[in-house]
Amino acid sequence: MTSDKILLDHGSGGRISHHLTADLLLPLFTNEFLSPLNDGAILDLNGDRFAFSTDTFVVDPIFFPGGDIGDLAVNGTVNDVAMCGAEPMYVSMGLILEEGFPMGNLKTILASMKKAVEQAGVLLVTGDTKVVPKGAADKIFINTSGIGAINPQVRVGSDQARAGDKIIINGSMADHGMAVMAQREGLRFDTAIKSDTAALNHLVRKILANPRAVHVLRDPTRGGVGTALNEIAMQSGAGIKLFESALPVKPEVAGICELLGFDPLYVANEGKLLAFVDSDAAEAVLAAMRNDPDGKDACIIGEVVADHPGKVYMETRIGGHRIVDMLSGEQLPRIC
Amino acid sequence: MAIKHLEEYRDAGISNRLMDNIRAAGKTGVRLMEVCGTHTVAIFRSGIRSLLPENISLLSGPGCPVCVTAQGEIDAFIETAKKEDVIITTFGDLLRVPGTSSSLQQARADGADIRIVYSAIDALELARQTTDKTIVFLGVGFETTAPTIAATIAMARQTGVGNFVVFSAHKLVPPALEALASAETVRVDGFLLPGHVSVIIGVNAYRSFFEKYQIPSVVAGFEPVDILQGVETLVAAIAGGSPALGNVYTRAVTDAGNIKAQKRLSEVFAPTDARWRGLGIIPGSGLQIAEAYQMFDAQVRYDIKIADAPEPKGCACGEILTGTKTPPECSLYKKVCTPMAPVGPCMVSSEGTCAAYYRYHV
Repeated sequence: MTSDKILLDHGSGGRISHHLTADLLLPLFTNEFLSPLNDGAILDLNGDRFAFSTDTFVVDPIFFPGGDIGDLAVNGTVNDVAMCGAEPMYVSMGLILEEGFPMGNLKTILASMKKAVEQAGVLLVTGDTKVVPKGAADKIFINTSGIGAINPQVRVGSDQARAGDKIIINGSMADHGMAVMAQREGLRFDTAIKSDTAALNHLVRKILANPRAVHVLRDPTRGGVGTALNEIAMQSGAGIKLFESALPVKPEVAGICELLGFDPLYVANEGKLLAFVDSDAAEAVLAAMRNDPDGKDACIIGEVVADHPGKVYMETRIGGHRIVDMLSGEQLPRIC
Repeated sequence: MAIKHLEEYRDAGISNRLMDNIRAAGKTGVRLMEVCGTHTVAIFRSGIRSLLPENISLLSGPGCPVCVTAQGEIDAFIETAKKEDVIITTFGDLLRVPGTSSSLQQARADGADIRIVYSAIDALELARQTTDKTIVFLGVGFETTAPTIAATIAMARQTGVGNFVVFSAHKLVPPALEALASAETVRVDGFLLPGHVSVIIGVNAYRSFFEKYQIPSVVAGFEPVDILQGVETLVAAIAGGSPALGNVYTRAVTDAGNIKAQKRLSEVFAPTDARWRGLGIIPGSGLQIAEAYQMFDAQVRYDIKIADAPEPKGCACGEILTGTKTPPECSLYKKVCTPMAPVGPCMVSSEGTCAAYYRYHV
């Protein structure tokens, strides 16, 4: 059943979102910078390369364990720029506020944006504020854009994965999504789960110390690691093999996921990245990552293979195999 | 919330030993059916399907409550959602299931107030807070979820909440097993019985079914070792020609089951004939709200009848739910029927057989 209206599934980050982008948006605006559909566009300005990216934040609840919509908005865009292999420099901020929104909450959110900007080492250089009547928006929406310069040695892209690459993640999966989920109305869990929201540009700088060895950088946000890997497999025309026993998930996060029927592979992260690295360089990159506070739990979760081009499959704990598909729509809690 | 001891039920060494036994007991053409959708998914996710020898086929039975919900029931849910001053509350899985011309998800985009809840208790709480609306909870599920819904209805009566009703489309597992075992087109050599359902109803609930049909059957849990133990038990019973009703999920399932939950069920609900997608009407396989609790029955309150809706053309959900076809044998599978645009319910629910094949089949 195709819909003549927008469904929440269109924003899930999975296959349906992908269709919306590929079928509706891309044909209208196609150009060499947009078409690769990377986290940001790689622009060439008088011979120097820059990454430019934008993102909009509508998270509900706006305050959650480990962060709020403010630091999320800064970190999200900083990370999108960093995943292009760039050094994020400048960000913008567009605020959409609902009439009646408490001034105190706005101050708290702006304070955490300021802190996030400082931690990332970027400057907020332009912005805009709009207020809409009550009910026309939900509390606060934030758009941020960012720009950063790319070292000429760096050549990363979602289409650059090649057979033999090791796939590294900088820590546990699904923390952000489950922290928000646990906070949401109806889920009165008492847990210690915190969002992993963090700016990853300092970690990326360490990973790119050996620029030629790094082929793909990707932050698995909406849609999770499973969806991000599928996109990389498709864009690179390569197969990806994951090791179930190597996938890092905190026990408390795994517990809630199990209870609700969520697969951590498809749950959002906000402070995680996937790096595809030459197998010879993998150990050195791992060691460099583990020296960074945002990479201390870095580990190898899989590799790029020559078989199954365009697909992600998993070697399970008991030695079996199965496909890891792209998320099809919003993950919905199961019935039994 | 960490469940440490679960690790041993995911152990590669134990799994390999069980797999060796399964291979050793080899007999040609053994057809096993896992009745439960959670088993179907667990079997795919753990990769068991890729490890089993070729002589053993695993068929996925009618054990996903969303999948067996009849199209006419979905239509009736949507009709209820369109009533004035109604808020529909439901488990999430049901949202995308297509009815004859719409789905709850589509009805929501069209303006109906439909909310996902995690338990019927949340729906009752919403009723307490929203006294100017009637909260309708869509009761879809097996014996696993029905007792908490029964308890919620009892609680609503006790505390005098008048704006809470339940649309009961619950179904019962043992009558469906009977229907499968007696159907001429279905050939199953052994049943892997559902773990969660059995926690409530107990092994004894399958006794009369087993004695009548003498098909090897075993209750199993959901971790790889649980499932392999179940398969090992079935394969041994089939090879030895000694059918038995077994239980390898003894850490959760007893012979008698959860008596308290069973009492709640029989107090609030009464068995009724029910239509299953793909299986037709099975006598005594549904639960309707008992007369003493009729004021909490959405069908009574809104006078809604469930019409017989024809199943979508070309959709093989019926054959798939009875194990006579596998998803790749359906002409719609992956071509017009995908998780984004599901034609039949087996593709909608995350625990549906077609969705599991689509997601996990290598």
